[in-house]
Amino acid sequence: MKIHYNTDNAQLLVFLDGELDHHRSALLRNEIDSAVYAHMPEKLILDFQNVSFMDSSGIGLIMGRYKLIQPMGAEMFIQNVSPYISRVLRLAGMERLAKISEGVNA
Amino acid sequence: MKFLNEFRCAFPARSQNEALARAALSAFLIPSDPTAQELADLRTVISEAVTNAIVHGYRNCSGDVSLCLRMLPERTIYIRVSDKGCGIPDIEKAMTPLYTSAPEEERAGLGFAIMQEFTDSLHVRSTSGTGTTLIMRRKLGTPHEQD
Ligand SMILES: Nc1ncnc2c1ncn2[C@@H]1O[C@H](COP(=O)(O)OP(=O)(O)OP(=O)(O)O)[C@@H](O)[C@H]1O
Ligand SMILES: [Mg+2]
Repeated sequence: MKIHYNTDNAQLLVFLDGELDHHRSALLRNEIDSAVYAHMPEKLILDFQNVSFMDSSGIGLIMGRYKLIQPMGAEMFIQNVSPYISRVLRLAGMERLAKISEGVNA
Repeated sequence: MKFLNEFRCAFPARSQNEALARAALSAFLIPSDPTAQELADLRTVISEAVTNAIVHGYRNCSGDVSLCLRMLPERTIYIRVSDKGCGIPDIEKAMTPLYTSAPEEERAGLGFAIMQEFTDSLHVRSTSGTGTTLIMRRKLGTPHEQD
């Protein structure tokens, strides 16, 4: 997983990768949170380009990050989702927490 | 029960074995030539069931998760996941979407909802203190219908 912070627009870009299951989500959680605390971004962008699998543990990971940044007044964006990932995201109602796009967010 | 093929295995309840269960299912399904969507759905449901066994079933004890995959007639895939863990005290409540007994662990309470959505049938048998068994079935589309 790569994390990139853009100072110009206060965007924290998180390039998730691999299989977002319970095992992996538990490992990624702290890494993302450290970057959030370090930069206090206005936008948190989760990029799914290289995510090959996600189950409800991945949903838990997204919801947890939303709960972290929402009180900071930051917004969440989810981008580059495949149709399979999109299906799970919508079943979980994630469009209420984040703007979801199949391409890259403007 | 009449089946065309079967695969059974058991593994210790450790989180790294969630990927192993998905890989076993993928390998078992290859000869049936599922669509990418069918494969994605079934990998998700087995991951939910195995994760529940590990996270909830064996919360306070250790043990094995047992897996049984069967190819039934008419391209129906049968998935059984069982644990000998703590069991589910109230199955109806547990299956309510968004209900989770572990919100502090960032669980969404969506595992059962996903399993129900992505399969044709889901049966849960559970006894407090004895363990939980899930049986799921999903009929695959006919091969020539696939894209
Ligand atoms: N194998 C099991 N053994 C004991 N309890 C279980 C088992 N499977 C599920 N449960 C109970 O059922 C509840 C609901 O399960 P479900 O998978 O829907 O949500 P979750 O696991 O809590 O969250 P999520 O799957 O979204 O991460 C769990 O919180 C747990 O209390
Ligand atoms: Mg679950």
